[in-house]
Amino acid sequence: MIDKIRSLIGISDLSRTDRVRILGIRIDLITRISSVVRRDRKAQAGLLVVSLFAISAAIAPEIAPYDPQSQQFGMLQPPGMTGAHPLGTDSYGRDMLSRIMYGARTSLAVGIGAVVFGSVFGITIGLVGGYFGGWIDDVLMRFVDALWALPWLLIAIMLTVIRGPGVWNVIIAIGFANIDDFARIVRGEVLVIREEEYTLAARSIGMGSLPIIFFEVLPNAVGPIIVQFTIRLARAILAESTLSFLGIGVKPSTATWGAMLGQGRDFLVSAPWISLLPGICITITILGVNLFGDALRDAFDVRESTD
Amino acid sequence: MKQYVIKRAIQGVAVVWAVITAVFVLIRLAPGNPVTAIVGPSASAETRQRVRESLGIGQPLHVQYVEWLGKLLRGDLGRSYVLDLPVTRVIAQSLQPTVSIAFSALCLAILIGVPTGIVSAVKRETLFDYVATLIAFLGISMPAFWISILFVVFVSSNVPWVPTFGYVSLSKEGVVEWFRHLVLPSLAVALPNAGVIMRFSRSSMLEVLNEDYIRTAKAKGLSPRLVLFKHGLQNGLIPIVTVVGIITGVLIAGTVAVEVVFGIRGMGQVLIDSIKENDFPVVQGIVVLLSAWFVFVNLFVDLLYTWVNPQVTYGGE
Repeated sequence: MIDKIRSLIGISDLSRTDRVRILGIRIDLITRISSVVRRDRKAQAGLLVVSLFAISAAIAPEIAPYDPQSQQFGMLQPPGMTGAHPLGTDSYGRDMLSRIMYGARTSLAVGIGAVVFGSVFGITIGLVGGYFGGWIDDVLMRFVDALWALPWLLIAIMLTVIRGPGVWNVIIAIGFANIDDFARIVRGEVLVIREEEYTLAARSIGMGSLPIIFFEVLPNAVGPIIVQFTIRLARAILAESTLSFLGIGVKPSTATWGAMLGQGRDFLVSAPWISLLPGICITITILGVNLFGDALRDAFDVRESTD
Repeated sequence: MKQYVIKRAIQGVAVVWAVITAVFVLIRLAPGNPVTAIVGPSASAETRQRVRESLGIGQPLHVQYVEWLGKLLRGDLGRSYVLDLPVTRVIAQSLQPTVSIAFSALCLAILIGVPTGIVSAVKRETLFDYVATLIAFLGISMPAFWISILFVVFVSSNVPWVPTFGYVSLSKEGVVEWFRHLVLPSLAVALPNAGVIMRFSRSSMLEVLNEDYIRTAKAKGLSPRLVLFKHGLQNGLIPIVTVVGIITGVLIAGTVAVEVVFGIRGMGQVLIDSIKENDFPVVQGIVVLLSAWFVFVNLFVDLLYTWVNPQVTYGGE
């Protein structure tokens, strides 16, 4: 489709072609993603699950039956569809259903935030390194290597120690772990795209580096970036749950699935639902994102990432 | 080739240096103070000064840094502020459980993941493939600590032979006891990684099985088994080596949460504790070890390529 537009217009009027190309890629992406959703059962299942959790997260304050923090001393109730607490209560007598809804908020917000953080930095590093090459590329890639050698868990712990607990620390820590992948993938794409005819054409008519990077190179690397984004989102949600399970990062009172799971650890025998319910939510959400990402990967024909 | 190895080794050392320097500075930005952690907040100024000097943190930062690097080069990681032991001893004590879990988990993950992936690729779109792919999907969607919790809830009451708490030393209690305590933690760490390896092996084999030379080999009338093992595996293994390498690198960090569930005092637990207690030397020691490990594994995997597939060469020779 893009090629058709490009050949129809030619590259005589560059600024106009650019707009068309970017628009073309955007239309192409939307049609491709929607056709994936229409055809692929994996994508449908994944999208359904994720949107369910996303919607309940978004409107949690409106639909949650109770305040997730309100405690009722001495009331530990098992799940039962008839009672006032359909999913039961935890050891503090807090309503499980409400806490799970609010937990979805934290998990999704932190997950998306972390991947956005990582992708913005990673894409920039990859674009600049790949496009300019030479020592700039060398320095940036060694920086990315160093990021890779620094375990995200360590970054998270140190940020919490330095800045105190908070959602932003978790986003930054997990975000850092996402930079290297985006940087490598985008750099690889750029190395190929840099030699493509349309890039050479843009350069030959005196287009500056920055516009070339943003209008020629970036739009053409969007496919792999989107695929990577979904795959990384699943990992980020998993990482967030691990951190809050360990009690690092978000404030202990915040309702998060990982923390709920951790708090239920002392009641695994007497009240297993406190741990099991959030655990099931974690699994289903990550599974949904993974299924959707996998369908996208098939559609965009991106090789499986190596980690 | 030799040149390539040397170049990569030098780069690796540079990366480790950058990481440990960053950590050296970052950890000192923490508001907590190791002196307060040792003598308590109500100690007199004199006591605090004495402790500060005995810990060697009275000097300016750059002096401490140079001193620490010098010691590091001689293999001395300093003394723990809190435990008053050499850092190397503290790490050595916590290393055995973590390495035991990580290593057995890695073996399990490979043993489960690689064959399942290959069979799935060969029997593509059969019941086996669907079930295996589904389970692998579930595996990669479950955090290791959650699998641990499931084990504790469902396995411990039904299978009393496998304990759900603690770790016993291999040298003190013998192989059987050691193994018994290791089963569940290792499985919990292994399963998500087995899922990753399975999916990767499958797609890698599928790609190879579609290649022209496989078709040629089949057309020549070679037995399917020979085609699979000689031509298929030799080429399909290369990407598999990469995943296994990367998993080896991240596995150590992945065991942390599992150690917590099973109440095992491994390196992860020690790292978390020492950061909370401002025990700088221990934190730095563990970071040195971890980052060196990552870099080493990375290099090792690259070299392994050339062994698995002699067509890959480095350094333009």
